[in-house]
Amino acid sequence: MVRIMEKIAIVGIGMTKQERRKEAETFSDMVFEAVTRALEDAGMTIKDIDNIVTGCNDFWDGRTISSMAVGDASGACDKNISCVEGDGTFVAFYGMTRILSKSYRTTLVTAHSKGSESVSSLITNAMFDPIYTRPLGLDAITSSALQARRYMDKYGITEEQCAMVSVKNHGNAKNNPYSQLPMDISVDDVMHSRMLADPIKLLDTSPITDGACAIILAKEETAECFSNHPIWIKGVGFCADAYHLGDRDLAECKSLERAAQTAYRMAGIENPLKEIDVAEVYDAFSYQELMWAEGLSFCEKGGGGRLTESGKTKMGGSMPINPSGGCLSAHAVIAAGLIRMAEAALQVRGEAGDRQVEGVKTALAHGVNGPCGQSHCVWILEK
Amino acid sequence: MNRWLESVEPLVYESRIKVPYTWSVGETGSRFLIELRDRKKIFGTRCSKCDIVYLPPRKNCSRCFSNLGEWVELGLRGTLITFTVVHYESPAMPIKPPFAYGIILLDGASTGLVHFLGEVNIEKIKPAMRVEAIFKDERIGDILDIRYFRPLQ
Repeated sequence: MVRIMEKIAIVGIGMTKQERRKEAETFSDMVFEAVTRALEDAGMTIKDIDNIVTGCNDFWDGRTISSMAVGDASGACDKNISCVEGDGTFVAFYGMTRILSKSYRTTLVTAHSKGSESVSSLITNAMFDPIYTRPLGLDAITSSALQARRYMDKYGITEEQCAMVSVKNHGNAKNNPYSQLPMDISVDDVMHSRMLADPIKLLDTSPITDGACAIILAKEETAECFSNHPIWIKGVGFCADAYHLGDRDLAECKSLERAAQTAYRMAGIENPLKEIDVAEVYDAFSYQELMWAEGLSFCEKGGGGRLTESGKTKMGGSMPINPSGGCLSAHAVIAAGLIRMAEAALQVRGEAGDRQVEGVKTALAHGVNGPCGQSHCVWILEK
Repeated sequence: MNRWLESVEPLVYESRIKVPYTWSVGETGSRFLIELRDRKKIFGTRCSKCDIVYLPPRKNCSRCFSNLGEWVELGLRGTLITFTVVHYESPAMPIKPPFAYGIILLDGASTGLVHFLGEVNIEKIKPAMRVEAIFKDERIGDILDIRYFRPLQ
């Protein structure tokens, strides 16, 4: 189990607007924009960055060793740059451990993808093993539909309860100038939207998005030199479940429970619903916000539907989830988890503008890697 | 977006990466697929420590890391754990919608197999349905030698 031996902070945050298709920028241009904003935000120059960890995926980018392609955009020349091929929350984890190694004072963490530039179904089909599963044509939507059906059957969750998440998150996106799909929709709109793979309908699904994000992590002494609003990492947890879909009960998310418990233990949190003020969770599909809320112990097992109906997770509720609009409103794969961290950090800073939740001291950010929530990473951030 | 770009059509470069692979299926996978092809039988591998039978069969146990050498013949029948009916087209899919996927727990296995459901009324699929494997007449040593799983008559 990882124990954070020293204090590490987020000192710089930068992100691009998340859009359906960015015609003026290549993926490295997007990273340059996000990095420039993060440096400006931190009051740093590229010289203050000791090492870089990029989040990018060869398949999404259409080039191998994709980290090299964003080397210039992230100031990697003459520096140590490495890559995490997975969600931004995992990229940040590696960036943090490089500082814990005592080899570096600061790490620049980037994450990007341009979903517009290829065919998402073909790319997500490729995450499955080529011998047993890929030939079936399974992709992110159909595999998630298998999970949604299992979860709903086991716990009596309804499609309407899932639809409420979509209504809430698209509505929240109206307050977020960076989000792709701010929308005023109703549960009826979601229920009547095009069926993709039962029970997942179009409005239960996240969009195809182009976007990038960068955060700068620093050890305590360095954070205090540069930033007048360092956001401290109080706890983090990271856990993987089995790879083959059939090896898991898809209605359960043991790896999230473990990751959350590790993060909570580290942060000294015993009652998450009371002690956490806001959460940004990875809602690639509407049912996932319900499932992950359970895995994060915001409610009892099977209680995700009732939690959503209670209104506690709305803006103004006792535990707002996804004030940014979440992945349902903008989903640049790889970047999305880092954006959850950036949004959570902005909430703690009190700089979240119209999407600010009142009185935030402690925020949670969550990311997922692998099909049907195979691996989860949970962060607890505090002033 | 800067003003210059507003007056011109943004250029798009179209290409694709077409890379052929010849993955060795390996000893474990080969035995499984050859049994599908030659004898229309489905085999898993068993971890005696954990008392788990893996389908598809594995070389090692994902829980205790032991090497798995014990092969277990499984029934051709099983129980449907979950399913979905697909209504959109994708170039990744070998067939056109509407069609159904399922995760099937075969009798004797501890893990589920993802596959197609066939000869089924897509409106009437229910979890816990009993299903059986239907093989293709022409088989090549491929997971699709199983055509689909259909509800027991």
